[in-house]
Amino acid sequence: MRLNRKDLLGLEDIAVDEIKLILDTADSFKEFGSRIIKKVPALRGKTVVNLFYEPSTRTRTSFEIAGKRLSADVVNFSASQSSVGKGETLIDTMKNIEAMQPDLIVVRHGSAGAPHMLARMVECGVINAGDGAHEHPSQALLDMLMIRDVKGRINGLTVAIIGDISHSRVARSNIYGLTRMGARVRVCGPKTMIPAQIERMGVEVFHDVRKAISGVDVIMMLRIQLERQAGALLPSLREYARHFGLTPEIIKAAKPDATILHPGPINRGVEISSEVADCQRSMILNQVTNGVAVRMALLYLLTGGAGDETAD
Amino acid sequence: MKLLIKGGRVIDPAQGIDKPLDVLIEKGRIASLIQPASRVRPAMDKVKTIDATGCIVAPGLIDMHVHFREPGFEHKETIESGCAAAAAGGFTSVCCMANTNPVNDNQAITLMIIAQAQKANGVRVYPIAAATVGQNGEAATEIGELKTAGAVALSDDGNEIRNSQVARLVLEYASMFDMPVILHCEDMYLSQGGQVNEGFVSTELGLPGIPNAAEESMVARNLILAEMTGAPIHIAHVSTAGSVDLIRWAKARDVRVTAEATPHHLTLTEKAVRGYNTQCKMSPPLRSEQDRIAVLTGLADGTIDAVATDHAPHDDRLKIVEFDKAANGVIGLETALGLMLRLVRQGQLDLPTLIQRMSTAPARIMGLPGGSLAVDQPADVVVFDPEQEWTVDAMCLRSRSHNTPFDGWSLPGVIKATIVNGRIVHSG
Repeated sequence: MRLNRKDLLGLEDIAVDEIKLILDTADSFKEFGSRIIKKVPALRGKTVVNLFYEPSTRTRTSFEIAGKRLSADVVNFSASQSSVGKGETLIDTMKNIEAMQPDLIVVRHGSAGAPHMLARMVECGVINAGDGAHEHPSQALLDMLMIRDVKGRINGLTVAIIGDISHSRVARSNIYGLTRMGARVRVCGPKTMIPAQIERMGVEVFHDVRKAISGVDVIMMLRIQLERQAGALLPSLREYARHFGLTPEIIKAAKPDATILHPGPINRGVEISSEVADCQRSMILNQVTNGVAVRMALLYLLTGGAGDETAD
Repeated sequence: MKLLIKGGRVIDPAQGIDKPLDVLIEKGRIASLIQPASRVRPAMDKVKTIDATGCIVAPGLIDMHVHFREPGFEHKETIESGCAAAAAGGFTSVCCMANTNPVNDNQAITLMIIAQAQKANGVRVYPIAAATVGQNGEAATEIGELKTAGAVALSDDGNEIRNSQVARLVLEYASMFDMPVILHCEDMYLSQGGQVNEGFVSTELGLPGIPNAAEESMVARNLILAEMTGAPIHIAHVSTAGSVDLIRWAKARDVRVTAEATPHHLTLTEKAVRGYNTQCKMSPPLRSEQDRIAVLTGLADGTIDAVATDHAPHDDRLKIVEFDKAANGVIGLETALGLMLRLVRQGQLDLPTLIQRMSTAPARIMGLPGGSLAVDQPADVVVFDPEQEWTVDAMCLRSRSHNTPFDGWSLPGVIKATIVNGRIVHSG
């Protein structure tokens, strides 16, 4: 069983069957985390390079743990300590890494489309671990796994995504994935944070959080990137928290069993209050756990599954 | 030596001619247009003949907006390589923009460009000088002296003149010297950080968008300043429907405005950027289909006066990179005629109008010789077969750079001869 593709660059062009395969595979990998020996030999002898051009502790660690649980050799390459600082181009860096013959490259890059360019240039598989404001497919897949865990399905649910939609790769991947799986998706945020013609992606647009979460099954909060405030997208964080923050008071507008998700890291008191972040319905930490399982599934499926099973 | 272009269909919009004629060139000038049936033939012994059967014979194309990168970026293009590309594309004259390094904001650079051009293949090169010192938008250049040195127009090219008062002063001062001011219209606050047209494609790709308003608000300001000062302005590379409407409005008020559109904005839309194709990254960005149609309609009805390529060579180091780090611009001299002929084939434009927009109009706007096959005019002529197809191979183009989105396209229009001042500078 394997994905019939070389790369996973986004969820825009992924099929329902592929999503199901990834989520089902992730399901079967979940229990490894609770084992005493958290390791299987599935990817023994395979090399995975984590190529991170943007600092990201959680996604990088999650991919690293996923690779190691499958016995792959995982190499971390972060741009700050590399030749990138010496002026080497992305393509040249990539070609050098490729010459070391890895099986998969997991790339995080601040420029939208960088993984797509790389995937065209190298023979080995490429996983997009977040490119600019474009896509973050493994995050959306773990969100979908989480939703399936809690709600038992995705089809027919209503999901509200709230925050800076314009700059969110998490939002785009989730919109593609969730709508493909039959969910209705709403997006909500200040007008300055809703990109042009997003309705054409099949979502409903709201600027009022109460209305946006009314009757929804899942509320997905996005992180306000504090550094972007300089762009004058918001008058102030205080103003944002008051109008778009998820508080115990606001959340009464949602279904009593609405699940709360957040890709992290959270800004307590900005987009989400501490009470809500830590409440029973919040799945924020469970998402992180699921993240490892989903990334194990991706590594496993994209390298063609078990490489050298006979040796065991 | 005499040159006889025989058997072609002569299209000269300046004289309203579109019929089979032979063109006789003598001493670098158009000597006569001869009826094919005419018995009056020049003595054939000292005449070189070009067989133009099946071809269009037209005044040489004039590109009023190219970047030849010399001085400063000779690895991208030199005046010599740019002239070779121009001749191969059927162009007999080009006007090169001032954003060289150093910027062409002084007599020395203007003279140097002219001197380099004299060493090239003979294609006429006219420098456009910067409108403000260093193209910084702060102080007007020595416009009178630049004109004396040979500059034909003024432009800060890719930079808007942000300060409206400076823009006003430049227009007023330039009008004393009959120098058109070419304006790149872009409100840099509205376009800041933008990578592609703002719309569904920018949303899909997660790239910051450039709204139509960034162009239109500056077009509107410049039209109002042109009306106020009475100075001639020329709007570079119009890309939006709203800009076309604004120019139409200004022309109805007799504002002295002309405008150009590029073959790539007339051919491609924002959709071409999908897949993060940096060869389609340009300023202004490729717009929506609605904008493309509006610009094309404006070109057909004369609201847009001219076609200009904005030929912008860049090496791979600036194009084979992450999309947001890639340079803006595409080369265009060798593909312009073919792309425009496609539009003729699609019925969007007729051939005489096309020749008018690519030759007669730019000559008039810039005050250049050429643009007509009238007797005694300089013999700047293009001969091309409008039906014959060729395939674009980016690596085989004459330009030093290969940044074109049209690699692999099949285009109509093979250039048989490009003639400047009676001399063949390219033959195919």
